[in-house]
Amino acid sequence: MRRFSWFNATSLTLGFAFLYLPMIILVIYSFNRSQLVTVWAGFSTRWYGELLTNQEFLDAAWVTLKVAVFSSTLATVLGTMAAYAIVRMGRFPGRTLFSGMIYAPLVMPEVITGLSLLLLFIGIGLDRGVLTIVLAHTTFSMCYVSVVVSSRLANFDRALEEAALDLGCSPFDAFRLVTLPIIAPAVISGWLLAFTLSLDDLVIASFTTGPSATTLPIKIFSSIRLGVSPEINALSTVLIGIVTVGVITASLISKRAAVQAERETRAGERTTG
Amino acid sequence: MRRLIIVAVPYLWLLALFLIPFLIVLKISLSDIALARPPYMPQLDLSGGWQAIRDFVSQLDFENFVFLTTDDLYWKAYLSSLRIAAVATFITLLVGYPIAYAMARATPEWRPTLLMLVILPFWTSFLIRVYSWMGILGNEGVLNQVLLWAGLITEPLQILNTTTAVYIGIVYTYLPFMILPIYSTLERMDESLLEAAEDLGCSRLSAFWLVTFPLSRNGIVAGCFLVFIPAIGEFVIPSLLGGSQTLMIGKVLWEEFFNNRDWPVASAVAVVLLLILIIPIVLFQRTEEKAREAER
Repeated sequence: MRRFSWFNATSLTLGFAFLYLPMIILVIYSFNRSQLVTVWAGFSTRWYGELLTNQEFLDAAWVTLKVAVFSSTLATVLGTMAAYAIVRMGRFPGRTLFSGMIYAPLVMPEVITGLSLLLLFIGIGLDRGVLTIVLAHTTFSMCYVSVVVSSRLANFDRALEEAALDLGCSPFDAFRLVTLPIIAPAVISGWLLAFTLSLDDLVIASFTTGPSATTLPIKIFSSIRLGVSPEINALSTVLIGIVTVGVITASLISKRAAVQAERETRAGERTTG
Repeated sequence: MRRLIIVAVPYLWLLALFLIPFLIVLKISLSDIALARPPYMPQLDLSGGWQAIRDFVSQLDFENFVFLTTDDLYWKAYLSSLRIAAVATFITLLVGYPIAYAMARATPEWRPTLLMLVILPFWTSFLIRVYSWMGILGNEGVLNQVLLWAGLITEPLQILNTTTAVYIGIVYTYLPFMILPIYSTLERMDESLLEAAEDLGCSRLSAFWLVTFPLSRNGIVAGCFLVFIPAIGEFVIPSLLGGSQTLMIGKVLWEEFFNNRDWPVASAVAVVLLLILIIPIVLFQRTEEKAREAER
């Protein structure tokens, strides 16, 4: 029997209230008619309308989306390769440096990553804009992808791969037909993680962008520096909504996949046993 | 050949976009400010051959680092970042532990939902989560309105733009990083140990302190590092919630670079920050390794 006491119920209630109330308040105030963000003047979707006609926000959203799609895709490819190299390649020259370079960006303060990349781009004379943000985002998010993928790679049964090789698969086909489907959930969550990190990033993008490309976080940051604005409340609500739907969908899909995988293993056990 | 490509591509990418940029920072931190663009001297011109390289090296010096020690803005900012990060980590532990504990004690059907509720804010924009507190803590914010309405205060409290707001911001945004590792150690705990302790005459409270708490130590340590390390270099929270008296090194670096355009000093600030961070990072990796060995 599990002890579920009043103490536990209280700490869960207070804890989740703390985690969610600020966002709920933000969402409520985004429907406030008043220009003054602190005074409630009735329900209105006015700020959503203004958001849709604000060309600067729309442009910034488009830049952000482009950067996120390119950088997360590139990061997924590079991060999966890096994970494969770390888990499967055994020893190779410079392995310690390699794994160090994969873990270091995870703990590196963003201001340092941003500063160092900016100084590199200036040093090689690369014009700053969408391309440089993509390069910067790919670099730090590939490390997150590689951590996610390598834990999955390390846990699965290598015999499956060896069987494919024994049955005449080329190493590439063995990877494509056996390894990749097994690690696919990790690769997908790695991509999602990279995508969100890129959507979210303010500091590194601010350092590595030029006048030609403004991302949504940069735009949001410059407008909230001076205080709360109703338009940003509306924009935040839209973003919170997208993330909530995305996370719930992803968790339902992965739950279904887990149930299915369990069913398959059970069926496998029945046939072999 | 394919094997070589699999290692070489990510390797070269990280060399070019992680290691080399950092070496550039190191080099510029030893350079002097110059008014031309880019604003630092000397610049390496390899076409000049050995003589150019020798000249280049002889012009590098530790002047910026000396400058960091003489101007008390910098060391005060380092110290105050460390202090703010440490205090915030401790508060996060106090807030996060009961939540993680209650999650681990919830019925198994509830746990995935609770876990998702903790992870969901992590996927939501960091910037937006910090911003949401600006509307709450401001002088005319929700919190002050509620307190005034309840008659608990007679004039609005000044919370936004103070260090208190920075603490709230750090605790709020990093809470999931504290809850998750503690939850995962508590969830794996064998509950018969608690029953044994109680059968042997422990009260519930002393069973907690003697059994549960020590067994969750690995989670506590991991959670504290996961909050402490990123909090030191934090920029967004102090710049949105903090006031002018809130000194944090991430903000100082940003201002040095964007407002003062002093690249060499900004680079030196970055190098010192990294040196400070190496200690907790190495400690963290060591405890993680130890925990992994203990599990085997």
